Amino acid sequence: MQLVLEKRAERSNTIALISPLIAIGLTIVTMTILFAILGKNPLLALQAYFIAPLTDGYSLQEIAVKATPLVMIAIGLSLCYLANAWNIGAEGQFLIGAVAGSWIAVKTQGTDAGVWVLPAMLVLAAAAGALYALIPAICKVKFGASEILTSLMLVYVADLLLDYLVRGPWRDPNGFNFPTTAEFDPVATVPLLIEGGRLHLGSIIALLVVAAAAVLLGRTIKGFEIRVVGAAPRAARFGGFNSNQLILLTFAISGALAGLAGIIEVAGPVGHLQPGISPGYGFTAIIVAFLGRLNPIGILIAGLFLALTFIGGEQAQIAMKIPLDVTKVFQGILLFYVLACDSLILYRFKLVFPNRQVARGAG
Amino acid sequence: MRKSLLALATGLLLAGSIGAASAADKLKVGFIYLGPIGDLGWTYQHELARQALVKELGDKIETTYLENVPEGPDAERAIEQLVRAGNKLIFTTSFGYMDPTLKVAKKYPNVHFEHATGYKRDKNMSTYSAKWYQGRYIQGLIAAKMSKSGVLGYIGSFPIPEVVSGINATILAAQTINPNIKVKIIWANTWFDPGKEADAAKALIDQGADVIMQHTDSPAAMQIASERGKFAFGQDSEMIKFGPKTQLTSILDTWAPYYIERVKAELDGTWKSEDSWGGLDSHMFAMAPYTNMPDDVKKIAEDAQAAITAGKLHPFKCPVVGQDGKEIECKGGANLADGQILGMNFYVKGIDDKLPGK
Repeated sequence: MQLVLEKRAERSNTIALISPLIAIGLTIVTMTILFAILGKNPLLALQAYFIAPLTDGYSLQEIAVKATPLVMIAIGLSLCYLANAWNIGAEGQFLIGAVAGSWIAVKTQGTDAGVWVLPAMLVLAAAAGALYALIPAICKVKFGASEILTSLMLVYVADLLLDYLVRGPWRDPNGFNFPTTAEFDPVATVPLLIEGGRLHLGSIIALLVVAAAAVLLGRTIKGFEIRVVGAAPRAARFGGFNSNQLILLTFAISGALAGLAGIIEVAGPVGHLQPGISPGYGFTAIIVAFLGRLNPIGILIAGLFLALTFIGGEQAQIAMKIPLDVTKVFQGILLFYVLACDSLILYRFKLVFPNRQVARGAG
Repeated sequence: MRKSLLALATGLLLAGSIGAASAADKLKVGFIYLGPIGDLGWTYQHELARQALVKELGDKIETTYLENVPEGPDAERAIEQLVRAGNKLIFTTSFGYMDPTLKVAKKYPNVHFEHATGYKRDKNMSTYSAKWYQGRYIQGLIAAKMSKSGVLGYIGSFPIPEVVSGINATILAAQTINPNIKVKIIWANTWFDPGKEADAAKALIDQGADVIMQHTDSPAAMQIASERGKFAFGQDSEMIKFGPKTQLTSILDTWAPYYIERVKAELDGTWKSEDSWGGLDSHMFAMAPYTNMPDDVKKIAEDAQAAITAGKLHPFKCPVVGQDGKEIECKGGANLADGQILGMNFYVKGIDDKLPGK
């Protein structure tokens, strides 16, 4: 007798709905055991991770701030992935957007430039992100170069460009040679939504992006094209859809969104350009995109949830003296269970009683 | 089910009230760490100091740390989390936390902050750092004596003044022994990345360097030098166990006396915003034992250490000549002024390299 995974004839919609809940349940069970082994009260630990951050306005704001770039980038990536185009370089597009937008901020510093500065920064950042993403897309379409490799490698190019600029031409002249630009002027800063908090206009922009993506995918021909090209390339060709054009389009959109996220992060929470402005947002967003099942609303929830684990992890470190490594294990286990449970949507467990002939035939 | 929920609620309430009771009695002191506490370098030394602090004042204080906090948008939140958890004195232990610390300090005027190695201060925000260039000067003397090839290998982290002044102090010292000494510099562009640090050490040795010095935090370069049979200096912490036949000495960050002093001041209500920049005389750092060198070299090192501690020897004694052959303006009387060292943005004559960003 053995347990095997068998492909379902049809995807199970019931499981699709409850699989995230099963995953969270299994995570909680596993973490309870882990906390008990560490000698920490599991109930208090889980409370610190999941409940405490949701119970005060400050933490809720921080969750939104943390989720904003993740959601914006992940929405763009989901369009690429739905169209079967593999943009892995959102981190680089994020940095290029940050650099391009900062250019205006740095050049207008100390002048009495008006309110046009911030909008111009946002537009330029999105354009730069889109152009930067088009490099691997064009290489893919024209020369068949793997967009996975080229987009990834361009991350390091962007990183080094940023590094060069803040150490050289854009360095704060009063900054003792430290690698950072001067603090941006108020007109070059993303406005805060709540006095004394950190919630900023970027979170609203992220929500608009989610809504726009939901409309694009659900209600437009272009959205339909994107999904068909990804899911059934042959059918798409018969339908006369141009998959190359869609690769260019989805890469450009995702680059624009990553670039926009980059400048919002720099002109918002950070306030100046410096190395290390992204703790890997472009890569974490890949996880967010898949955790949200490439669905705009799902991505919003996934982004907020991942942000919650970061904030909760910090609070657990403070309140329970739980090491950071446990938070990382926690995130890893959660992702593991989510992906494992997702396989139940297309597959099911089945008990098989071994039949010698079948076994031989299979061997 | 309902019973267990009730038990859960009671448990949480109890735990909450216990937490509140102990918090009221003790001063809460928080720390933000750049690396993992097990980096065996920079963060490790801060962690050792925190442990010493707990040992000394454990009955009056409660400490908390957040490790691996990136110097980016997350830092401000991490610092504010410590404030909101009730910490009244917070040490942020890396340069990149400067602006985030300042932002949080402005928001919470009743909480005191201590920022390591920065230059921005406020009524409730002090800075503290060490004159490591003094230790570098001693290392420069030893290196020039021990090098057979006359080529030193230097692994830089970032071309910021603290690191540049270390390189200059090293070379100025080495030139007093060997006027033709050469130095090869590789910028790792990281504080902690054992892989990159090891690669840099290999490349430097391949270029003829036989004494390796570093301004990065891991013992990786020490291990490479040890494998290749060269000499090396440790950084931040005692690294002799990674190169028993390799380490000449190490600059040891000894934060404990400072942390204990500042926490005592906070307990007494005498804490004031200050700019502490201490050297060998004030024990902000120490030199590891001088090992793997002949007695005469050891004596040179010890004499230099004594002279610097006594204030008789200053590594940046005027005239200091820049790379272009021009004398640097001497703003501190007999020596370069502290401000010139804190903002050092030039190489001295004899360094055959270009400072990045110049």
